[in-house]
Amino acid sequence: MLIKEIDYGTPASKSTKTVTLTIDGSTVTVPACTSIMRAAMELGTQIPKLCATDSIEAFGSCRLCLIEVEGRNGTPASCTTPVAEGIVVHTQSERLQKLRRGVMELYISDHPLDCLTCAANGDCELQDMAGAVGLRDVRYGYDGANHVFKKQNGAPNPDWMPKDESNPYFAYDASKCIVCNRCVRACEETQGTFALTIAGRGFDSRVSPGMSESFLDSECVSCGACVQACPTATLSEKSLIQIGQPEHSVVTTCAYCGVGCSFKAEMRGETVVRMVPYKDGKANRGHSCVKGRFAWGYATHKERQLKPMVREKITDPWRETTWEEAIGRVASEFTRIQGQFGRDSVGGITSSRCTNEETFLVQKLIRAGFGVNNVDTCARVCHSPTGYGLKTAFGTSAGTQDFDSVEDCDVMIVIGANPTDGHPVFASRMKKRLRQGAKLIVVDPRRIDMVRTPHIDADFHLPLTPGTNVAVLTAMAHVIVTEGLVNENFVKSRCDMDAFQEWAAFVSDPSRSPEAVAEYTGVEPEDIRGAARLYATGGNAAIYYGLGVTEHSQGSTTVLAIANLAMVTGNLGRPGVGVNPLRGQNNVQGSCDMGSFPHELSGYRHVSDDATRTMFEEMWGRPINPEPGLRIPNMLDAAVDGSFKAIYIQGEDILQSDPDTHHVAAGLAAMECVVVQDLFLNETANYAHVFLPGSTFLEKDGTFTNAERRIQLVRKVMSPRNGYGDWEITQLIANKLGLNWTYTHPGQVMDEIARLTPTFAGVSFAKLDELGSVQWPCNDANPEGSPVMHKTTFANGKGKFVLTEYVPTDERTGARYPLLLTTGRILSQYNVGAQTRRTDNVVWHQEDRLEINPHDAEQRGIKEGQWVRIASRAGETALRALVTDRVAPGVVYTTFHHPLTQANVITTDYSDWATNCPEYKVTAVQVAPTTGPTRYQEEYEAFAMKSREIQRVSTGAPSR
Amino acid sequence: MTRLFLPRDAAALAVGAENVANAVQRASASAGQPIEIVRTGSRGMLWLEPLLEVERNGVRYGFGPLDVEDVSELVRLELFAAGSAKVFSHAKSLGPVEKIDYFAKQTRLTFSRCGVIDPISLEAYRATGGYAGLTRALALTPAAIVEEVTKSGLRGRGGAGFPTGIKWKTVLDAPSDQKYIVCNADEGDSGTFADRMLMEGDPFTLIEGMTIAGLAVGATRGYIYVRSEYPHAIATLKTAIAIARHNELLGPAIAGSAHAFDLEVRVGAGAYVCGEETALLESLEGKRGIVRAKPPLPAHIGLFGRPTVINNVLSLAAVPFILDKGAKAYADFGVGRSRGTTPFQIAGNIKRGGLFETAFGVTLGELVDEIGGGTATGRPVKAVQIGGPLGAYFPRALFDTPMDYEAFAAKEGLVGHGGLVVFDDSVNMARQAQFAFEFCAIESCGKCTPCRLGSTRGAETIAKVVAGEDREANLALVADLCQTMTFGSACALGGLTPYPVMSAIKHFPQDFDSQFPTPNSQA
Repeated sequence: MLIKEIDYGTPASKSTKTVTLTIDGSTVTVPACTSIMRAAMELGTQIPKLCATDSIEAFGSCRLCLIEVEGRNGTPASCTTPVAEGIVVHTQSERLQKLRRGVMELYISDHPLDCLTCAANGDCELQDMAGAVGLRDVRYGYDGANHVFKKQNGAPNPDWMPKDESNPYFAYDASKCIVCNRCVRACEETQGTFALTIAGRGFDSRVSPGMSESFLDSECVSCGACVQACPTATLSEKSLIQIGQPEHSVVTTCAYCGVGCSFKAEMRGETVVRMVPYKDGKANRGHSCVKGRFAWGYATHKERQLKPMVREKITDPWRETTWEEAIGRVASEFTRIQGQFGRDSVGGITSSRCTNEETFLVQKLIRAGFGVNNVDTCARVCHSPTGYGLKTAFGTSAGTQDFDSVEDCDVMIVIGANPTDGHPVFASRMKKRLRQGAKLIVVDPRRIDMVRTPHIDADFHLPLTPGTNVAVLTAMAHVIVTEGLVNENFVKSRCDMDAFQEWAAFVSDPSRSPEAVAEYTGVEPEDIRGAARLYATGGNAAIYYGLGVTEHSQGSTTVLAIANLAMVTGNLGRPGVGVNPLRGQNNVQGSCDMGSFPHELSGYRHVSDDATRTMFEEMWGRPINPEPGLRIPNMLDAAVDGSFKAIYIQGEDILQSDPDTHHVAAGLAAMECVVVQDLFLNETANYAHVFLPGSTFLEKDGTFTNAERRIQLVRKVMSPRNGYGDWEITQLIANKLGLNWTYTHPGQVMDEIARLTPTFAGVSFAKLDELGSVQWPCNDANPEGSPVMHKTTFANGKGKFVLTEYVPTDERTGARYPLLLTTGRILSQYNVGAQTRRTDNVVWHQEDRLEINPHDAEQRGIKEGQWVRIASRAGETALRALVTDRVAPGVVYTTFHHPLTQANVITTDYSDWATNCPEYKVTAVQVAPTTGPTRYQEEYEAFAMKSREIQRVSTGAPSR
Repeated sequence: MTRLFLPRDAAALAVGAENVANAVQRASASAGQPIEIVRTGSRGMLWLEPLLEVERNGVRYGFGPLDVEDVSELVRLELFAAGSAKVFSHAKSLGPVEKIDYFAKQTRLTFSRCGVIDPISLEAYRATGGYAGLTRALALTPAAIVEEVTKSGLRGRGGAGFPTGIKWKTVLDAPSDQKYIVCNADEGDSGTFADRMLMEGDPFTLIEGMTIAGLAVGATRGYIYVRSEYPHAIATLKTAIAIARHNELLGPAIAGSAHAFDLEVRVGAGAYVCGEETALLESLEGKRGIVRAKPPLPAHIGLFGRPTVINNVLSLAAVPFILDKGAKAYADFGVGRSRGTTPFQIAGNIKRGGLFETAFGVTLGELVDEIGGGTATGRPVKAVQIGGPLGAYFPRALFDTPMDYEAFAAKEGLVGHGGLVVFDDSVNMARQAQFAFEFCAIESCGKCTPCRLGSTRGAETIAKVVAGEDREANLALVADLCQTMTFGSACALGGLTPYPVMSAIKHFPQDFDSQFPTPNSQA
């Protein structure tokens, strides 16, 4: 069945007052300010409409929705006319029918009559409306002015425009445009990019990307909101044009970033026709970005490896084999190695891109099967400080709010996050609130888009020197405490007073004032003061942060400083406020929740806790080691030392994503059995002995947990092309090791998680199916989950203020390395790019570039687009320069989406003091012009090429 | 020293007023007879421009329409000699200006100073009763000011005729941290020029009116949205605003009171539809000039989302008189629900074209035949379009219609902004109907479907009618289209285009029948 959400025509009113009116003889009570159109739809009456859709504000242009109100003149548009107490509305009369038919007659007089061969055939609102108003004739004929025909009366038609097919994912056919402005308004209201407008006026009006540019050349970010909003075939997905209308759809969850957008996978058989954001998805509310909406073609990319492979040595070519042999090899090697080098010589890494159930099974395999706690996950390198810091301050390792909370926010602080690129769908929701008047403070070394974007201008941008987050945030606390802006009531009733008093005295010290820290933070003291005052006094204030907070030697300290600010101002425990980590990967929250860390079982319970361990031991029938195991860097260290020999890596490319590539490579090379389970032969697989082909999110059932703790179902829409879901592969290994797992569906794994994890106690696939999603904690106390946490009391009782002494990183600039490198992401690419690089998203970002300030560039003789060598004490690499004042003098910036860049060759092994989260965001570097890639890059590329060779059994010839 | 008066109004400049002024100055210099030339607005008797006035014993005598060549003769006839009456023998001598029939018949309330004083002389403005209205307003409560305007019966002079007092009360009652007064000076109707004449000839009246409006509703900022085609008005307004600000009649403490009000001139970019109030607000906000849906009314959610009074130049300029002389003094003029005076603008094919301020109730025929003197060509009047390009065409048969909002509505016409465009019998009304659609097609903002597409289809269909193609069916289609546009359009542009179309079809059916020879070919 094809899921069709009800379109109420106009957005819901938030009014708490109600109004009762009569529509076509039926009485309906709706919130005040509801449109008559929506009120009618509440009764099930669809008033004809074309320009209205409930994701955007009413516009009133199509004039099909005219109605009559007793006692009022004229025929008002029901979309723009609000309800009023006691009015009597008629939605159909002879006059209305005639008017609507007159309007439709005009529409169709400038629209092609090629319905049978049109991509929207069967899903066209114009077609539906022609039917609804009873249009039988177009008396104007087709010999007049029009946008339809390329030639008119033998001469070229100046009003006709060729199709714009520049965007790789959708086409714009102006000949079918009815100028309802829905695309323009979606671009403005939903996405907030303002890339589209209407060019010309009157009959000449046409949708125009930018200044009549092509879609690809315009500011368009390809979020798809316009395509979704289009009621005709004017903006259509190319996949839809190619395949045809879908016949059924399945609601599932996007496998890209931590926003966790809900999508309808619209299918024809097992073929995806298109992914359409699901309006009832509570994380995305019907919006999407270029990745989730369009960049799913990697699932069928030719480079996807579908058969298991083994090899003796990493210098050998791969040999495709059977699942039985590959699984057998894993089991026998792990058994052999543990026998030979001791139990602790093996471990594994869970994936933040796989489902909760898969992650749970991998750590279960490691703990119960291998009998070790040597399990870690990619959160190690991203949000481990969040887990540590928020658990210390509030008692739970997660963000405090739901995304909807932003709608009640008056002041936003964005620290070390670049939401328009990293979390674009949530960024659109933030921008919407900012356009409504919320204030914005950006703390970032780089002038991210949010600082100044259409109709948004940050009130404060604190362009701090990388590595000085703690000093800046503590200085803000200094201002709040010394200027008497403390929320005494909240602090007294909710927080540990002894800790507070100690902290207040600490931050009040003059050495922590904005003036005192200005020298090394590089931020104007008045800006820190202004930002602190705004945060403390501007109403509901929320902090949103990303990896620019955590990936530092003081990452955990910064998280604590953020928690302190929220507590001291009382910005916790209600909608509109809170501490909101923007988590990077789709299921990084979930992978942490599922017990992926070496010291914690699911639900963040320490392995040394006897009661918890006993629960698991009883359920699993295996002993659990009470000592924490090795973290990723420790496993690699141990491998280099010769004591760690085998690793099972599911859906993670540590060679590209982890810091200090040379060290990672050395660690992997020193192991005797590296098992990589992935969609593609990723960089880590270059060092692997067994390759197990993984499945995509389209091919399995399960759940993801997004940045707001929302657990959502991932639903299988096609058979795994590789043969198995990832959870099944892990089960094959487990059973080969004699664990006798008998899961036949991931729902059974969730049932086990629920039984073992108090915060998940109320979660089941049945409940998720019924409610759509829940936010943990979901238990007897909160049977439908918890959108906002810490409402009346913190999870750990009293909120805990922690002293945040600024300790400069050891990584600092000097004569040899005078610039600071910081890293980030770009909208069109995701993480190491394994998926997005295998889609048409490459048209927006074909390579990583080094952003450098014009001042620094000129000093070094670097020109735009030129190759530059970038060196740190860890290593060097080369890429092309992008000269921009978006970065301050002294700071350079790059993304890390492309393996050739080898950005992590230069990042160092410094890490967060509490969690080992690497200090990606600060590396002292020197930059100089060069002629092309470094020798290492060339050698690595050659090595990678060779390492990916596959010996196919059938031909015997090596091939790529 | 002899005082002379010569307009600086754009209409006068267009027919050589500047050259006349220069010639007079040169003559005075070479004759060694110092004079003072006061550059005024226009009296509105446009067929007499350039109209030079000379003051003799406190009475102003007119000469016009003048050419540069006339100046030497006037000087020879002792124009500059204070005691001499010789000059009145000049062929273009008109006698005392205010005795000229056209002028003497008027009731000049709003335009009382226009053509009389130097428009940018605050002293002259004050000497003629200027700022008396503001002085009184400052002594009243906001509600009392609004009450005064309500009682005066003043209705929106832009065309819609909405009671100004009720609009003001809505804004007064709307709570907000900021409110605005917006003056619609995007005067784009064919045959209209009253806004321009007032802004060029007596800008302080508008400034005072807006200041009073600000006091009345609690607005502290005002914008005058002037069309770019009015460079002289823009310059005059800017100068006058600077003078008012310098004299603390605008700014943080107007006239020494605790009230703040300041003004800014914003220039349009040439779209007719930006004279529609919501499109104007969009344009003022820097957006594309497309109409907004109503509700919400601008009085609730207007400029930058705040409660906004948006009034035409003439509505705001009527306010100082009402506050100064009282609501009754204004309401005593007029008929029915159309109270006070309005400046009618008589244009097109007319013998005596110009501005004629008078009380509502004068008939169309009086304005065209008696005041205007019939056509300039001398041929019979065939039709008059009243109220701009969206107004109806009235035949002679309707010349007894009084100029009154309700009387015109009853005859399927509209008074609009008070512009009359006169046509003689050489006009082809089918061509005019087609032109109405074409105008709408060019000026449509493109938002609503009936206007965006209907205007183009209308023009095409009338062309078919004229070509004799399925005449009956196509006329029926035009009638249907006009229904769709009237009831379906989002604003008056599409909504009123059927007025000229249907009035032409109704009153001049023979022009739509290709079997009849067209009047043009006759002529």
